Amino acid sequence: MTYLHNIGTYFLMIKEMFRKPTKWSVMKRLIFNDIDDLIIGSLGIVAFISFFVGGVVTIQTALNITSPLIPQYLVGFATRQSVILEFAPTFISIIMAGKVGSFITSSIGTMRVTEQIDALEVMGINALNYLVFPKFIALMLYPFVISIAMFLGIVGGLAACYYGGFSSVEDFITGVQLDFIPFHITYAFIKTIVFAFLLATIPSYYGFYMRGGALEVGKASTTSFVWTSVMIILCNYILTQLLLS
Amino acid sequence: MIEVKNLHKSFGKAHILKGVSTSFEKGKTSLVIGQSGSGKTVFLKCLLGLFSPEEGSIAYDGKIYSELTEDQKRNLRAEMGMVFQGSALFDSMTILENVMFPLRMFTKQSKSEMQDRADFVLNRVNLSDAHNKYPSEASGGMQKRVAIARAIVNKPKYLFCDEPNSGLDPKTAMVIDNLIQEITEEYDITTVINSHDMNSVMEIGEKIVFLKDGLKEWEGSNKTIFKTDNEAVTNFVYSSELFKKVRQMYLEERA
Repeated sequence: MTYLHNIGTYFLMIKEMFRKPTKWSVMKRLIFNDIDDLIIGSLGIVAFISFFVGGVVTIQTALNITSPLIPQYLVGFATRQSVILEFAPTFISIIMAGKVGSFITSSIGTMRVTEQIDALEVMGINALNYLVFPKFIALMLYPFVISIAMFLGIVGGLAACYYGGFSSVEDFITGVQLDFIPFHITYAFIKTIVFAFLLATIPSYYGFYMRGGALEVGKASTTSFVWTSVMIILCNYILTQLLLS
Repeated sequence: MIEVKNLHKSFGKAHILKGVSTSFEKGKTSLVIGQSGSGKTVFLKCLLGLFSPEEGSIAYDGKIYSELTEDQKRNLRAEMGMVFQGSALFDSMTILENVMFPLRMFTKQSKSEMQDRADFVLNRVNLSDAHNKYPSEASGGMQKRVAIARAIVNKPKYLFCDEPNSGLDPKTAMVIDNLIQEITEEYDITTVINSHDMNSVMEIGEKIVFLKDGLKEWEGSNKTIFKTDNEAVTNFVYSSELFKKVRQMYLEERA
């Protein structure tokens, strides 16, 4: 029953988020602030993780190819497929659920605890539009982050391949270009947009509707991370089934 | 003027307000007092439209809140100013930005006009040199004054204050009380204050509503509260030694 209530409240929150828009001059500033906090502020960690995980994927693939009959360029091929199809959109989104999601929950939750949301509502402001909508718009730039993750993941793989001596750079690049299906990029970006929506709304829901004090803000952040991750994994499965099978 | 009729509010099985009826006049400072758990905050949040009562009505200058459309409710709320117990200033904004916020949201004024108005109200609350500070850099008393400035910057018709003196020393508390009363008279607004501070009651309680267990137990003013024979009120008022002595002196004088 609680789950049904939460799901219902979540969808009502999304509906309310689009009602009674905040003045554009104010909203514009909020959107730019959120782009800075959520997108630009995440680029460093995304770049670092992408580069090294791309390298690890390459090393593990190369070490598992023991048969001399398997061509070396398959290392590049496997790295590209892993990074574009799964690692960049899904793995990075789960990391973002921790970084961006807990930031959103704790910042909105703290506003709830300190009555700042009540202050907005008393003034007649649609607090959901004011607080959640700019985050939703900012996270529509999330595919840009994922593009960087894809690029750096493959570059990390190339670097690992070159410095580890697993295959030549030419072989790796041949593998990266082999049997390239452009729809895989479309598939990855469709997933990314859906995950961006989840990343903006689920943590906002847990922050906005929390009750209690500082301890509850911490608990809400943890719960929001868990549910955002669960929903990302679940949507990943459903979208893969729908788009690739 | 705010008229409250037979207000009921429950949370689950807990019946918090059990039929409160009263009215608050324009240009006067009214206090809602009572012990913790008496329903003061729920009552105030009902007045603010943050809680919907199950029964009863609240009329703001004749407009019954529950009969208004969502847009009309929002427009009415834009005419309300609220000073929260913890000030509720926006952490990410400077004091000047906090005060300018309602103007930015609800008016079409130019930036310089908004700044002039914000300067004026900040001067009014004696905070002319704190414009660029963030709320975290301001003292409790300063935060309360900023909250008052933010509440009055858009010239509200109704001002609500939830425990405006909590956490303040007696001198600062008196400054805040006097400021609220002066502003109420100056702008001719309807002010309702939640308080359990007896100094405030004595200082600015032009009308006092005493709540007990979700019911209106007594209604009067700062002139009559010390003379009442209502046991619940006298127990509340004379809970401190100082006021017990005042009461003793009054009784001796009367005898």
